[in-house]
Amino acid sequence: MTTKTKVVRSGRKTSRREDRPYQIALAFFLFIVLMIIVIPFWRVVVTSLTPLNTYIQGGVPYFLPLRDWTVEAYKQLMTHPQFGKALTNSTIITIGGTAISLFLTVPLAYGLSISTLPGRRIILMLILFTFLFNPGLVPAYLMVTTLDLQNSFWAVILPPAVSVYNTLVMMSFFEGLPEELMDAARIDGANELQVLFRVVLPLSKPIILTIGLFYAVFFWNEFFTPILYLNDNDLIPLPVLLRNILISASFNEFVEFNAFSSTFIEALKSAAVLITMLPMLIVYPWIQRYFTKGTLVGGVKE
Amino acid sequence: MGVKETSSDSTPFNIPAERKSLPLSTRLSNLLRSIKRHRGIYLLMLPPLIYFLIFKYGPLWNAQIAFKDFKPLLGVWGSPWIGFENFKSFINSFYFTDLILNTVIFSTAKLVLGLPIAVILAIALHETVFVRFRTVVQTIVYLPHFLSWVIMFGVLLMLLSPGNGLINQVLEEFGLEPIGFLTSPKWFRSVVVSSYIWKETGWSTILYLAALLGINPHLYEAAKVDGASNLQRIWHISIPGILPVIVLVTLLRLGNILDAGFNQVFMLYSIPVYSVGDVIDTWVYRQGILQFEFSLATAVGLFKGVIGLALILTANQVAKRVAKQSLF
Repeated sequence: MTTKTKVVRSGRKTSRREDRPYQIALAFFLFIVLMIIVIPFWRVVVTSLTPLNTYIQGGVPYFLPLRDWTVEAYKQLMTHPQFGKALTNSTIITIGGTAISLFLTVPLAYGLSISTLPGRRIILMLILFTFLFNPGLVPAYLMVTTLDLQNSFWAVILPPAVSVYNTLVMMSFFEGLPEELMDAARIDGANELQVLFRVVLPLSKPIILTIGLFYAVFFWNEFFTPILYLNDNDLIPLPVLLRNILISASFNEFVEFNAFSSTFIEALKSAAVLITMLPMLIVYPWIQRYFTKGTLVGGVKE
Repeated sequence: MGVKETSSDSTPFNIPAERKSLPLSTRLSNLLRSIKRHRGIYLLMLPPLIYFLIFKYGPLWNAQIAFKDFKPLLGVWGSPWIGFENFKSFINSFYFTDLILNTVIFSTAKLVLGLPIAVILAIALHETVFVRFRTVVQTIVYLPHFLSWVIMFGVLLMLLSPGNGLINQVLEEFGLEPIGFLTSPKWFRSVVVSSYIWKETGWSTILYLAALLGINPHLYEAAKVDGASNLQRIWHISIPGILPVIVLVTLLRLGNILDAGFNQVFMLYSIPVYSVGDVIDTWVYRQGILQFEFSLATAVGLFKGVIGLALILTANQVAKRVAKQSLF
């Protein structure tokens, strides 16, 4: 059976390889798609590295000459007093938010994965309902103000802490674990908590890491909730600082004191975009490993 | 959204069928024993359940101010009831048509234009024999999905701004006038739709690719023996193979038709383009949070939520019938 499939597969491959013009046209199409994604980022990189003199003489160039580039914009950005604070705030929100999200999501998903748990179906329906029906922004905002959470990181971390979708993905992973292992532990006298900590969690590191990464990406990217609840400039995270930089029309709006600027506002904006992107780029290979493995597609498809 | 096979309904508490015939007292004591055995689990589930109570059902309680004249000093419960006044004034307002229209235009255009592009890209990725190159393309096109709209806004500025934007620079090379894409009512909708497609199309190919990989290779082999052309092979095998996924995605998106993508519009729009860019969610934000029209904005949000719920439940029923699958 295996050999037969193999033969068919390779047969199919040769049939495609025979058709060279078709394959070249396909590759050309994919190359165009690739360029459509890459060129905008390329432009941001070039803009961020363009020296002020080059800019004054002829604007931002299409390509940067090999030696004619500067990291001045990055220096300006990083020495700005708000930058360090924003970076710290983002880090706290991301790490704290991910920890709390996992602390709430894992037990919920595990409980819901136990088919014999009394009340499971009711809980599942109550949770699904919140997924399908959203009463909107203002009622949620009033909840946060009632609890007096504004101007604290709790306002940014708690309201979106549990994603129903992530819970369902994790639940279906737990449901897919071999039942015999857990039954064996139960026969050995383990209670449900011991089953969770000794059997289930050690087997679930990949899914917990994946969902954790997705939560981390979410919290790192969050900008609207901070705008909504954090009015104190000392509390704003990096994406909000980035937004403030992006909507300022000139350098002076962002750096009030600077009369002899050594860079221009677009370079600063571009540098801020890339710096905010950087942590995403660093974790991206890990995220990618999981969705190419099919962990998440499986969760979506099941 | 979990897309799963419809499972047969089981009773609440999941009592296995054979135990149903037992006398009530036995069932009750079995239930109690089961609850007792799981008490550790309940304890662990308590924090998330409290979370849901406060942050998901709390807002649901607050939503009653849609039917009230909410005064912060009187509180949610103490404010006087006024029935459907807020809903009436929204539906009769001059901005009602504009808001609904903008919202539906955005979500429909994103679906109608984005879906075919995603399908074509998925098929191209599936057809190519250059495996390494395919991996590179996949890695790059999935990436924008993980970036926030703030970052996308920055990238768009570097492309579209009338001063230094790449596209305007190219236009000037050809002797054309620069265009303020983000501030021109003529261009704003195109910018929203195309930047969405740019950001999300790569990621949305994942579902189609999974479906394509699930197609039986023998079908392709048979097509080759029958002398089918490349296009015939795609049209008669690949497309039918992913049709159920296309139907599901379309239904799901139709169910969310009142979601125009708040984060995106919020980041990209500005006063000059309100007429073509303001959507339900951005309006609710400005009216409710910035103008303190809590009750009116809640009514509009609730209006959207109820229609959304009805649409998604309908979509689910249709999916069950058409694609023999349910969305949740």
